[in-house]
Amino acid sequence: MEQDFKKLDAILASYRGKKGILIPMLQQVQNEMGYLSRDCMRYIANAMQIPAAEIFGVATFYSMFRLKPQGKHIVRVCKGTACHVSDADGIKSALVEALQLPKDENTTSDMMFTLMEVACLGCCSLAPVIMIDDMTFGKLVPEAIPAILDKFRF
Amino acid sequence: MSEITVKVGLASCGVAAGAMDVFNKLTEYLAANKLPVTLMQTACIGMCFEEPIVEFSGSPLGQMHVGKADPESIVKVMEDYIAGIAPQSNVILAEKLGGRHNELLANQQRIVLRNCGVIDPKSLADYEASGGYQALKKALSMDKEQIIEQIKASGLRGRGGAGFSTGLKWSFAAKAVSDKKYVVCNADEGDPGAFMDRSALEGDPHNVIEGMIIGAYAMGADEGYIYCRAEYPMAIEHLKIAIDAAEAKGYLGKNILGTSFSFDLHIKEGAGAFVCGEETALMQSIEGKRGMPTIRPPFPAESGLWGKPTNINNVETWANIAWIISNGAEAFHAFGTEKSPGTKVFALAGKIAGSGLIEVPMGIPIRDIIYKVGGGMKTEKPFKAVQMGGPSGGCIPAQLLDTIVDYDSITATGAIMGSGGMVVMDTGTCMVDVAKFFLNFTQNESCGKCTFCRIGTKRMLEILTRITEGKGEMADIETLQELSENIIKGSLCGLGQTAPNPVLTTLRYFKDEYIAHIVDKKCPAGVCTALLKYSINPDKCIGCTACARKCPVSCIAGSVKQVHEIDQSKCIKCGACLKACKFDAVIKA
Ligand SMILES: Cc1cc2nc3c(=O)[nH]c(=O)nc-3n(C[C@H](O)[C@H](O)[C@H](O)COP(=O)(O)O)c2cc1C
Ligand code: FES
Repeated sequence: MEQDFKKLDAILASYRGKKGILIPMLQQVQNEMGYLSRDCMRYIANAMQIPAAEIFGVATFYSMFRLKPQGKHIVRVCKGTACHVSDADGIKSALVEALQLPKDENTTSDMMFTLMEVACLGCCSLAPVIMIDDMTFGKLVPEAIPAILDKFRF
Repeated sequence: MSEITVKVGLASCGVAAGAMDVFNKLTEYLAANKLPVTLMQTACIGMCFEEPIVEFSGSPLGQMHVGKADPESIVKVMEDYIAGIAPQSNVILAEKLGGRHNELLANQQRIVLRNCGVIDPKSLADYEASGGYQALKKALSMDKEQIIEQIKASGLRGRGGAGFSTGLKWSFAAKAVSDKKYVVCNADEGDPGAFMDRSALEGDPHNVIEGMIIGAYAMGADEGYIYCRAEYPMAIEHLKIAIDAAEAKGYLGKNILGTSFSFDLHIKEGAGAFVCGEETALMQSIEGKRGMPTIRPPFPAESGLWGKPTNINNVETWANIAWIISNGAEAFHAFGTEKSPGTKVFALAGKIAGSGLIEVPMGIPIRDIIYKVGGGMKTEKPFKAVQMGGPSGGCIPAQLLDTIVDYDSITATGAIMGSGGMVVMDTGTCMVDVAKFFLNFTQNESCGKCTFCRIGTKRMLEILTRITEGKGEMADIETLQELSENIIKGSLCGLGQTAPNPVLTTLRYFKDEYIAHIVDKKCPAGVCTALLKYSINPDKCIGCTACARKCPVSCIAGSVKQVHEIDQSKCIKCGACLKACKFDAVIKA
């Protein structure tokens, strides 16, 4: 276990002794590891001499931090106001259906996709909007969802 | 032949609409064919409903915008343009939109967005060519107090929502005595349905940076942060490019433009928490902590980031500074009203025809924004309300459409000016559902510090959910009102203090809708699923079985050429039958 986290040492070293580092450091660690496991947070706590409770507190406060393994592609469905009044719920249902998500889970069983809700992607004029990884898709109708997802099944 | 310029709008909204494909196509074509054309990228010119947009200029045909450009036909349009042949009128924005296009432009006034969609946001030279960093040069030759007086005199009010006098705020931070001071730009833009700050940062990052440098100089700060939400990768990228370029040119860093003034600017990416837009929470977050608001006083001007005096302003506020310094306070007063001078950027979205980004002089009636600038409603469904101020704001109904845009008039309606999100709703929107939507949002985003905000919003959400499910009682309305009062009184920060606003304004203007849900168990807009009933009109049904085949729970009975019937006890109200029927025989009521 320790061994897996050794590769973080270089990242952690670059933050040592600086102020206001916890959030960017966790962001970078998450990029490296995919998510923040408890063991990983403990490792950081020891290495950086930061109380584990503080790290856990920050990791659970911000929606960007993921505490579970994630799918290869992140699908964000916008639930902002503009999207809400333009049938974001219908888009969400279409996504859930097309991804065949297991009950109460947001990651597909083949670990290809993780579905998340976001409060607004800032493309409200194209509502309803989803974002897959770094690509934004707008003016959607539920029927368009399966074909869009297929582009990412690789 | 004069050089022809082709500009493609590559802001997030454009890219999402496929502008990158258009840009790539043109790049490819120009690489293969030698043509007298300069291809450029720019950001959002605001007409997001027509994205991707390509601007042509330089031929005798003059300047021309092409809307809904697609990679297949754009090359032909370009060739025609070069040859002086006017493209078909159905692609040229001005002709396609006709009179609406003129209204859209004539009713706007661009200060903050003056360069957006005009210059290449990644090019410092472009910004300088349009007068960029002249205001900084001027400011550095002025007295610090003179600058602050100038901003005070301009009457600029904070565009982040509260509308506090920017000059006054600066004077507090300037007076604070300390070895270290900070300035912060609030680019957290958490309000769902708003994208003004994203567009301003993507489209003209140097303008925001220049404002911050001037502010830092006037207040005596030597370090600054731009706190930008992580959902805006392009804004962050453009800011990074801009900061590097400004440093290289000596606008940022040590001894700016040869003076003794030094200023370092950093970007902090948010990590996804709405409450971090609140200034004290934002500073906690920059320090790397959980973003929980703290008690004021002490105000940031005395004790902010790491306990040092800090001045925090919104993106749009900073974006006004350079213009004011260049043009003077009086010029700013030429726009807007006495108490709310200048302009305001709004993000139009929802059921409006011309969704996008606009900048209008303060004092314009909301009606003109929606019907003149925004081109009216998207479909035939009539206007019902416009939501302003996001989760802290409220819904302004049709009878108040003549309200003018200034801080005080909007507050009088129960909504707030907010940061500039305007979500237009038509009769297909249920106001109880909207209230529930916002309460769900605030309840999720409450940091949990104050009991009333944490639990009170949860109770309100439960009641609203009950009402939308047809299980409400008349007493619920009173409970909602009572809870609202207590949440407003019992919360430390603006999140809790304003969380009840969406409920209070909908109760004030759309009480009949609440009553319809509670007493008649009906949702007049046909949104609240639990209150809907799908049935089949026997006069119209021809028995094609299309609906029965689509029904996911097989609750539609009837064989070929027989009138079908929906088993209400099994129906899950998904609406699949309504979509499947080609004969309008399915009734939703
Ligand atoms: C819950 C909450 C969220 C806020 N979100 C933002 C925001 O996203 N952007 C912003 O500029 N101000 C936001 N504010 C307002 C800030 O606290 C602060 O008033 C503002 O940044 C001051 O800048 P201004 O004077 O230029 O408006 C928020 C306030 C609250 C209470
Ligand atoms: S509300 Fe969905 S992108 Fe803004």
